[in-house]
Amino acid sequence: MNIINLGINNLGQPATLPPDWPGGFWWHWLVFTIIILAFVLSMVMGFIYFERRGMARMQARLGPNRVGPFGLLQPVADAIKVLLKEDIVPSKADKIVHWLAPVVAFVPVLLIFAVVPFQDGALLADLNIGILYVVAISSISTVGIFMAGWGSSNKYSLLGAMRGVAAIVSYEIPVVLAIAGVVMIAGSLSMNQIVLAQNVPFILLQPLGFLLFFIGSCAEINRSPFDLLEADSELVAGFHTEYSGMKFAMFYLVEYAEALAMSAIITTLFLGGWRGPILPPWLWFVIKVVAVFFVMIWTRTTLPRIRIDQMMALAWKFLLPLAMINLVITAVQVLVWPTAVPWVMIPVNLAIMAVLVVVWSKFFKLGWGRVEV
Amino acid sequence: MALKTEPFVLNIGPAHPSTHGVFRMRSTLDGEVIVDMEPVFGYLHRGIEKLAEERTYTGVIPLTDRLDYLASMSNNLAYCLAVEKLAGIEVPERAEYLRVILAELQRIASHLIAVGAFLNDCGAFMTPILYMIREREKILDLFDMVCGQRLTYNFMRVGGVSQDIPEEFLPALRRFVGQMPGFIDEYDRFLKENEILLARAKGVGILTREMAINSSAGGPVLRGSGVKWDIRKADPYSIYDRFEFDIPTGAAGDCYDRYRVRVEEMRQSVRIIKQAMEQLPSGPVRSEVPHLIHPPVGEAYAHIEAPKGELGFYLVSDNSIAPYRCHVRAPSLINLTALRDMVVGWKIADAIIIFGSIDICMGEVDR
Repeated sequence: MNIINLGINNLGQPATLPPDWPGGFWWHWLVFTIIILAFVLSMVMGFIYFERRGMARMQARLGPNRVGPFGLLQPVADAIKVLLKEDIVPSKADKIVHWLAPVVAFVPVLLIFAVVPFQDGALLADLNIGILYVVAISSISTVGIFMAGWGSSNKYSLLGAMRGVAAIVSYEIPVVLAIAGVVMIAGSLSMNQIVLAQNVPFILLQPLGFLLFFIGSCAEINRSPFDLLEADSELVAGFHTEYSGMKFAMFYLVEYAEALAMSAIITTLFLGGWRGPILPPWLWFVIKVVAVFFVMIWTRTTLPRIRIDQMMALAWKFLLPLAMINLVITAVQVLVWPTAVPWVMIPVNLAIMAVLVVVWSKFFKLGWGRVEV
Repeated sequence: MALKTEPFVLNIGPAHPSTHGVFRMRSTLDGEVIVDMEPVFGYLHRGIEKLAEERTYTGVIPLTDRLDYLASMSNNLAYCLAVEKLAGIEVPERAEYLRVILAELQRIASHLIAVGAFLNDCGAFMTPILYMIREREKILDLFDMVCGQRLTYNFMRVGGVSQDIPEEFLPALRRFVGQMPGFIDEYDRFLKENEILLARAKGVGILTREMAINSSAGGPVLRGSGVKWDIRKADPYSIYDRFEFDIPTGAAGDCYDRYRVRVEEMRQSVRIIKQAMEQLPSGPVRSEVPHLIHPPVGEAYAHIEAPKGELGFYLVSDNSIAPYRCHVRAPSLINLTALRDMVVGWKIADAIIIFGSIDICMGEVDR
């Protein structure tokens, strides 16, 4: 509460600063803004390289290996290339919307990192509603995507953007419900408090919640197999079909920054954040983020894409009921055995997850197939 | 309140990542559902049939390479069979066996691309097709050995094949034939029971048995609908009656069946190649044929089971050195005629995979 008051009313008054903020408010703000920008941009570069090389290995080829040692400078070369490209705006585009869309899509992704703790207390703003803030901010990107789809005045773009909106609206609900389980166990909405509460990573206490959150967040950020938004074999490039040059680069950046943000949130909520033995906390954080991202690359290279109606069916028939059941089970566990030994709860929860997922998948049908016209 | 909606037209193609060339689907959409679809082609028309009338009978062979450029050997074979039928030319034993081996290798190569591209259309991001291209590469290396070309082979001749195989060919072929079943098992292990693939392809784009026969479809599209029709068995050309192989068929006629039929056909092709390799006799690979062939006045139609369906060449001779008329019965084009009936009522994503499951090659459709 203290910090919220600070942010709104008492800007820059040193008397109300929390003890771990170095210097004054503005110094803190400046240092962490620079850290976040540097972290996001360098990690995105790293992710692009990592994904291209990792995917290449899984696809029996080499990947970029010409620019710099092991092709490490490939993202730089790509960035220079898109910077030099001509910026083409379709003649029938809604110019302002078309211009604004990449910005609207990119800013919220950066904002997410304001509440991600890199180590104990090392975050821009330790909001006591941190995870709620993440949920609220992350859905703003959709507005940018829809603006891109609408502003381009291209049918492929519009179809992709409409799919995107449908996906976000549907998947937000199971994702939030999955987060609620974590919040109940941790007893706080603050990201830092959630990490501090994880003496055992919540992936073990909340395996079902983790599964739901991972699937839901993959769908929200359009990672395969839910990449219907930019489905390259169907919609050419989806919402950013008509973008070129630096604006395209912005969307490319958004794609990877979102993946980074989701990896960071999954790390914070389920994998114990920056906690870990021996290595410095920030390194643990980076290692876990890269590990989560690796799983995303892995699914991308392995799985075919699902169809839009199947995607909706998955959200409403599978994820949502399971998320609700998970919520009830977690609530009962927290109420009845608040001090239960984790090593008892872990096998119980894993068993519950296995049974629920298997039983539920027997009951529901993906999509509805052909429509009579 | 009911909103007033109206269908809109989306031109899928001619420049689109999944149209396998320059094909255009003029689709009328209601939301994501395809209400009507009109296939438009002709963007790759090069006038090959007309050009053939200006060339000698041998000179047409390179043109046939450019029809279905993923299966040039099969095109060569079909054309040579037609000329041999027209002029009554015998082919030596060894050449017949070489033709069968190469045609079956070509079938595997073409099916690898077909299955890979189909899975790519399903959204499996490049992975399956790259593994399949890895195997296709080995076949292209084999072709490279026999004729020095990797795509447009121009290898078969009227009355045989252009030259004998080099001595390193057979060991390499034996190695490939030994490896290939393992690779096919590998694809099956990852894809046959894949939940998403089943959800996407099973029951999608059904071509019923009657529709398949009525539209005169051929190849895996016809067999996927459960019709046991393979020209290698129904009207054996060359020496196909000497080999043992099965005709894999589907049941429902959906995309998944067509995909399965192609994979099973690869296994059968490996079987045929094995038998042909064992029986391969020695001897000449080309009979004595004059440089300029003057077939007697008349006409001939020869058809083969090309990877994509029944490929036929219809030749009319006026006793000159060039065909008076050369018509190609292109399987891609004829399989494509059923496309509209298959996609109407499905979503855009389905239309793409249905189109991919037909496996067309625009070089052959437009000629």
